[in-house]
Amino acid sequence: MTDIAWIDLALASARPKALGALLRYFRDLDTAEEAFQEACLRAIRTWPEKGPPRDPTAWLIFVGRNSGIDAVRKRSKLQALPDEDTISDTEDAESGIAERLDDSNYRDDILRLLFICCHPDLPATQQIALALRIVSGLSVQQIARAFLVSESAMEQRITRAKARVAKAGVPFETPSPQERAERLSIVSTMIYLIFNEGYSQADPKHEAAAFSDEAIRLGRLMLHIFPSEPELMGLLALMFLQISRRPARFSAEGEIVLLEDQDRSLWNQLFINEALALLDKALRHRQPGPYQLQAAIAAIHSRAKRAEDTDWTEIDLLYRALERVQPSPVVTLNRAVVVSKLHGPQEALDLIEPLAEKLGGYFYYHGLRGNLLKQLGRSGQAREAFDRAIALAQSAAEAAHIRHQIDKMQEEAAQPVAN
Amino acid sequence: MLYAILCYAHEETVFAWTQEEEAAVMEKLYAVQEPLAKSGKLGPVGRLMPTTAATTVRKGKDEPLVIDGPFAETKEALLGFYVVDFETLEEAVAFSKQLSAVNPGSTSYEIRPFYVFRPGDAAS
Repeated sequence: MTDIAWIDLALASARPKALGALLRYFRDLDTAEEAFQEACLRAIRTWPEKGPPRDPTAWLIFVGRNSGIDAVRKRSKLQALPDEDTISDTEDAESGIAERLDDSNYRDDILRLLFICCHPDLPATQQIALALRIVSGLSVQQIARAFLVSESAMEQRITRAKARVAKAGVPFETPSPQERAERLSIVSTMIYLIFNEGYSQADPKHEAAAFSDEAIRLGRLMLHIFPSEPELMGLLALMFLQISRRPARFSAEGEIVLLEDQDRSLWNQLFINEALALLDKALRHRQPGPYQLQAAIAAIHSRAKRAEDTDWTEIDLLYRALERVQPSPVVTLNRAVVVSKLHGPQEALDLIEPLAEKLGGYFYYHGLRGNLLKQLGRSGQAREAFDRAIALAQSAAEAAHIRHQIDKMQEEAAQPVAN
Repeated sequence: MLYAILCYAHEETVFAWTQEEEAAVMEKLYAVQEPLAKSGKLGPVGRLMPTTAATTVRKGKDEPLVIDGPFAETKEALLGFYVVDFETLEEAVAFSKQLSAVNPGSTSYEIRPFYVFRPGDAAS
């Protein structure tokens, strides 16, 4: 890694903390962003020569704050900013700031920064775009490419989202423990949305694929400042377990490889280990929430050396717990897969038939239904279900996967039954 | 004399490395370790999971408290360690300087002489 790459990474890591603190100080998102930008430019000029400061975040806040004040002063033609050389030695103002700015100070700043991106008036795609732009500092161009829209359209979308958030007013008072918990839960949902936006991409070189890494980074950051939140441990563990399978999820031709067919030796063991450690820690709190339960389910798959070693009974129990904590037709749909493993396709089909109305527009519903009907030998109906799934597919890989199932069904039908 | 060489770094940055960045750093670190390993002086090299994966048992009033993670306020965290056998501190310092030169994530390497209570065999 070059010095510049290293500094880029350090700036990106410091961004949420520094920007959050600057937002609290200036109470205006645009001024805070400009101030942070200016501090980064100065860091790029100063750090290669003098080496990075002991606490890069405190340095950036200090310089950003001064440059923000300076910008305001310039507008009223007052005095200039002190040179950053005077603040970048070890024994200086910055270390005093660093002592005071520990993680408990950053905690509410970062949470507020993320929270304003999840404004309920904004549709999910705008929440994600705003968070990636403001908190993660991705360029408008990067975000636009990932969402397959033009740069100017994305620029407009973000500007409008920002205006809407500003109009709604940013909550600056210290949140009560209950408000904090609510914000944390909304922010966790958004982080997981960002993760999935990237994870659903088959092509690892696609712009959006990087969103998963970004979501993990935000998840790590949140857990770092809220180290005793079992659901944050669960969220991070869940993301680790899913991303550990990234190298095995698609064939060289870009086709989806189902969990049971994946080459498990390709799973990233480092991610799995950290996930299991976090999950272990989370479960000690005895407050199982949706993320912990989903992570626990994913962990059972990760622990199975071969697909046939999977402990489906345990997974079924966890899905039942998940249905209690967070009832949703999608959870029931997922449990149906387990039921088909444990009790056969007919019972699974009975479980999902009542969901037809709620999940009629959902790709996986028809995909699973087709698969179950296929197993029951009801090929005509299976074919109909697969056709509906293809019509609802969100990506070429999804459509190709279903088409593959239809082909296999036709091949099998063409085989003589005798052997 | 056995020395533990402890690597401290800003974990938020180090754990944000991409796999390629990580691999590039590891390759350089292996290059530094290799001569030592060949001479039979290199003991276990450990990577610690992030502090968020840690649990601390601390003396409490009545019974010990179990706390999630080390103290969150730390700027740099202990992320890994080496066990090496050197004749002198000078050698340990030289080795640590080499490690430091190729590891952009490290802020410092702490050299702590130690002696073995039990060699153990968990890792072998």
